[in-house]
Amino acid sequence: MRVRLKLYAMLTDYLPPEAQATNSLELDEAPDATVASLIERRNLPGKLVHLVLLNGAFVPPEERALRCLQEGDVLAIWPPIAGG
Amino acid sequence: MGWTRKVLRVDLSKGTCTSEPLNMALAQQYLGQRGLATKYFVDEVDPKVEPLSPANKLIMATGPLTGTSASTGGRYSVITKGALTGAIACSNSGGYFGAELKFAGWDMVIFEGRSEKPVYLSIEDDQVELRDAAHLWGKTVWQTEEIIKKSHQDPQVRVCSIGRAGENGVLYACIVNDLHRAAGRSGVGTVMGSKNLKAVAVRGTGGVAVRDGKGFMKAAAAAKKVLADNAVTGQGLPTYGTQVLMSVINEMGALPTRNHRDVQFEGAGKIGAEAMRQKRPSDGHAQLVTNAACFGCTIACGRIAKIDETHFSVVNKPEYWGASGGLEYEAAWALGAANGVGDLEALQYANLICNEDGYDPISFGATVGAAMELFELGILTEAQIGMTAPFGSAQALTKLAEMTAQGVGFGKELGLGSKRLCAKYGRPELSMTVKGQEFPAYDARGIQGMGLTYATSNRGACHLRSYTVASEVLGIPIKTDPLVTEGKAELVKAFQDATSVFDSAGVCIFTTFAWTLADLQPQLDAACEGGWSMEKLAELGERIWNMERQFNLAAGFTAKDDDLPPRLKTEPAKTGPAKGLVSGIDKMRPEYYQARGWDGQGVPTRETLARLGL
Repeated sequence: MRVRLKLYAMLTDYLPPEAQATNSLELDEAPDATVASLIERRNLPGKLVHLVLLNGAFVPPEERALRCLQEGDVLAIWPPIAGG
Repeated sequence: MGWTRKVLRVDLSKGTCTSEPLNMALAQQYLGQRGLATKYFVDEVDPKVEPLSPANKLIMATGPLTGTSASTGGRYSVITKGALTGAIACSNSGGYFGAELKFAGWDMVIFEGRSEKPVYLSIEDDQVELRDAAHLWGKTVWQTEEIIKKSHQDPQVRVCSIGRAGENGVLYACIVNDLHRAAGRSGVGTVMGSKNLKAVAVRGTGGVAVRDGKGFMKAAAAAKKVLADNAVTGQGLPTYGTQVLMSVINEMGALPTRNHRDVQFEGAGKIGAEAMRQKRPSDGHAQLVTNAACFGCTIACGRIAKIDETHFSVVNKPEYWGASGGLEYEAAWALGAANGVGDLEALQYANLICNEDGYDPISFGATVGAAMELFELGILTEAQIGMTAPFGSAQALTKLAEMTAQGVGFGKELGLGSKRLCAKYGRPELSMTVKGQEFPAYDARGIQGMGLTYATSNRGACHLRSYTVASEVLGIPIKTDPLVTEGKAELVKAFQDATSVFDSAGVCIFTTFAWTLADLQPQLDAACEGGWSMEKLAELGERIWNMERQFNLAAGFTAKDDDLPPRLKTEPAKTGPAKGLVSGIDKMRPEYYQARGWDGQGVPTRETLARLGL
């Protein structure tokens, strides 16, 4: 199953160098992959996994282990950030 | 204390400068800065006043924490009737000017009348005088500051000034201080220009006394620790600045693109925080040089950037090659996504021009977006604009920035803002404004609370009156669903009231990513007499909001002005999580009026006014 992972801000460093220019990486995930399992498999530090959007929609921390990924999903993650 | 208890009144018509005591009874009701200066303003100025007439006044005001060791305690605000909107205007700026004004011993400066000839105000503690500014008229902000510092033989003098935009009647002209900090919105610089007031130069050698020194130091230190320990204010903002929002808002389908035709921008990745940190092929350097802080700030979200010297906009223009104020999120959005321009260097150049000649990049960029749509519709022609100006044209953006700064050609029309531009060409519905002021960088279809925020903002469309993005997107203080209208009336009211307090205290609103009123209250209470309890602060915020509302109603605004352009109510978002949605403003507005204690026409009831002492 192909999904796209996008990592921003300080999490950019957790992408391979060739993916850092676009902050985006295509992954081949197992059919039973969840948001949480993908985060764990990429070894993303918990304190930097703050804002998680699946296809643009917010995934609360307590739902990450329950949310199964689908073919073509876009999972985007940010550390604690703000703006205005 | 906290206050210096002194007000400087400058009659520009008579050429007089008079010191008067601060009205401490009012200070107890309105605190300082936004609240207190607005109270002075509404008591002294006819709400129907023409913004650019001598009868309008302009107040530069500090808060009781301005100039203290409270984190971010360097803010000041400019209060007037806005040139762009005709509504109450309050524009807040950081940098160092506000603290210096306080060090000179002044809580606020009230400008009234109009000088016959260009002048600037020189303040050196108690030594205050209006000086001839004939040699400064026609100069940019950057030139003005340099000339004043040289003539005062004091590099530490702090200057706020208008650039050519403020002189030329650009209706969204800023007052810029410290080269690239600005009281940016609603045309406060235009009002300053109408008074023939070019600049204020201030040097202060005093300090700021507080009521309880030890208690204040303890409270300020505790609050600084909160900022340092918070991942957003301690790490996120200093490292990536506000620009990091570009990717977030784009991913969630709330990034207004091409004059709000779209809600996602395919070029967002080229103009956001990550792009600013990437090394350029041309010189091997990133555009971002470093972060920067305003007076007393322990967050340091500011961006200092260096443009690509080989970019078409600055070839043979070495005056722009140095490190200077960099793109913040709102500016990058307005100059970029709003126009479909994905050229980071072009955005930085336009941003530099905005700083150099003093005009609001949000209103300018959004107005260019409207002009580009009119061009694509064939309503505006190449001959009228002076160039082809389709969405995405970096060449048009940069050239139009220059023309607006100089007040030439089509730049004169852009300088009037999108409301007047779209009305002139028969398509008023294409102006993305509320009360005549252009939207900032959040689409009201994808973040419903921001639609209500814009519609009800007392100074016209603005994100800084109730930044519900904090809750709806970032989960601060609690996460709410951006796609629903339920609960947004109460959320917006809570943000509006709390923001009014922070804006009246002398600190930066960005502290609220970590602080609540409970963090601000001990600092204020230790600094100021009067027993500043949580209850008193909560009521203060509501009082300020209703006072501003009363002024706008008396100025002629009605419930019809608490509305969004038809595009946001009838054209659904095309992509992203909000696909198919329009703004629910018509549902939220009556709920908001009710939450506020206003009648069905948005007028505060007698009971509400009495409760707030208005």
